[in-house]
Amino acid sequence: MTSSWSRALTQISPYTFASIGIAISIGVSVLGAAWGIYITGSSLIGAAIKAPRITSKNLISVIFCEAVAIYGVIVAIILQTKLESVPASQIYDPESLRAGYAIFASGIIVGFANLMCGLCVGIIGSSCALSDAQNSTLFVKILVIEIFGSALGLFGVIVGIIMSAQATWPAKAT
Amino acid sequence: MERFRRELDSRPPPREGGDERVGEGERRVQRDWNEREDEKPDRVDFKVLPEIRSFDHRIHREEEGEAMYGFEALTFNIHGGYLEAIVRGYRSGLLTAADYNNLCQCETLDDIKMHLSATEYGPYLQNGALISHSSSRCGSDSVSRICADWRDSGRHVLVSYIPDQKPDSDLFLCRGIAYQPMEKGAKPSPLHTTTIVEKCTLKLLDEYKHMLCQATEPLSTFLEYITYGYMIDNVVLIVTGTLHERDVQELLEKCHPLGMFDSIATLAVAQNMRELYRLVLVDTPLASYFSECITSEDLDDMNIEIMRNTLYKAYLEDFYNFCQKLGGATAEIMSDLLAFEADRRAVNITINSIGTELTRDDRRKLYSSFGLLYPYGHEELAVCEDIDQVRGAMEKYPPYQSIFAKISYGESQMLDKAFYEEEVKRLCLAFEQQFHYAVFFAYMRLKEQEIRNLMWISECVAQNQKTRIHDSVVFIF
Repeated sequence: MTSSWSRALTQISPYTFASIGIAISIGVSVLGAAWGIYITGSSLIGAAIKAPRITSKNLISVIFCEAVAIYGVIVAIILQTKLESVPASQIYDPESLRAGYAIFASGIIVGFANLMCGLCVGIIGSSCALSDAQNSTLFVKILVIEIFGSALGLFGVIVGIIMSAQATWPAKAT
Repeated sequence: MERFRRELDSRPPPREGGDERVGEGERRVQRDWNEREDEKPDRVDFKVLPEIRSFDHRIHREEEGEAMYGFEALTFNIHGGYLEAIVRGYRSGLLTAADYNNLCQCETLDDIKMHLSATEYGPYLQNGALISHSSSRCGSDSVSRICADWRDSGRHVLVSYIPDQKPDSDLFLCRGIAYQPMEKGAKPSPLHTTTIVEKCTLKLLDEYKHMLCQATEPLSTFLEYITYGYMIDNVVLIVTGTLHERDVQELLEKCHPLGMFDSIATLAVAQNMRELYRLVLVDTPLASYFSECITSEDLDDMNIEIMRNTLYKAYLEDFYNFCQKLGGATAEIMSDLLAFEADRRAVNITINSIGTELTRDDRRKLYSSFGLLYPYGHEELAVCEDIDQVRGAMEKYPPYQSIFAKISYGESQMLDKAFYEEEVKRLCLAFEQQFHYAVFFAYMRLKEQEIRNLMWISECVAQNQKTRIHDSVVFIF
């Protein structure tokens, strides 16, 4: 059984894996960013009715969430430059499979790291807006928490780029 | 205590010795929940307690997009984020200890009004303005009729129409604020304490209506549940007033605005409970609470009080079950708040019925079937005959022991204040957590406490008894 299943896996074209990786990198990152923005935005709007002074400062939370989507776009652009064509005879070579999997993994890393980062920053941003409305000295302290949260997305981007850097397709046979 | 110990055994107690334990005037404890009134009950059988739903609300909560307990932050803000932020904004407008200190040092009611005008109550306390306020669900024709009435009497009218939340309904939520322009040289009318309290309650009403407009299910149902208590109070007020032959209009003005409903004036016509139910209450949300107390008896003072407490008991249990269905942090926090409310009402019922002709069984029927005191505390409270026995029954429960420790033996006046303080403490704690509905409930209760404080302060100032001001003012922050 295992040999036939692993053969099934290796028969999928590495282009498929690579393309799906690129899709996940941008798609899931944007999901995370959007989720985070609506979580923080709805609280921010409601709290700003009573305390209008918080709006300009708390847009930083929204910007941190947006940065997560930008990471996803950047990595997707980088990944798509790594997609090369290989001749048909080499398409299922171990080297090509490795390149396909590397791009796929890179996409997943970036996508899900940014998803979680976006959620994290969004929830903290919501609490930040509500606390700032009550007591303006709290804003900077909670911002530190948000900065740590957004570092998570950066970790994902770094590892994703390292993964994709070694995604080398087999050289064309002469 | 032997009785309880034996109940916890797995063997049933010997029947022959049973009657000797029971005292002369005491009836055997009736287990209403088992509904075996003809049998002598052996032991408390927890499997058949019908009122309490399972506490496993952490599982099976993922219907309709609800998140698991602990993950509500992911989906709460879709529908509730804006309103939660709004209610927290309202909470920041509650009077602080500094405001209360200013108010306590006032000499006259005009001073109080001046201080209050500097707080959030300012727009509501303007003289010559806001003399008539109406917010009700009504059809569009009655809205235009209301506006025509107001305009005819020389008032400026500001009306906003908001379509009702329920689908396929052509009702509008009509908010009308009528301003009477001050004539030149006219003296402002003298200020009464009731005026101040009315205007402050109007503010609460406005805030509530604003939130209710914006809410979707299940938050809108939750907000409506909060007002059923006021509805019950209004019903009892009108029925009692009619019994003592007061004018219906005068009674309607005294009703709490949050508990108004259409056809409330028809309550004055009813002669007994069955008519009350059939004519008026069957169309209100209170209809389902009436199943336990429909009798053909005429309404007199005692029966009305029993009716009030029975309705309130059914309401609390209904609210409790609704919150359990909501699950998550709402269920947890609301359970605690509602359990405290149920226990406090049990103690108040006990103390108020000491020395009256309310039998122990009737008393027991008025206790809610949830809360810290349920079921053993209720059994002890049901047989209490004076305050010290109540204290003895309550001191077994650590949260209530601390309340009773604040008041000395034989005294019950400070008990109310001690309960209010404990309630305020718990309500403030509800704001510590985000992404749940209990903040709405907590805010309404805190605002009610603030209005009670203002009423007490105004009364003390008006009657020149400022030494007693601190007897009953509960500081919120």
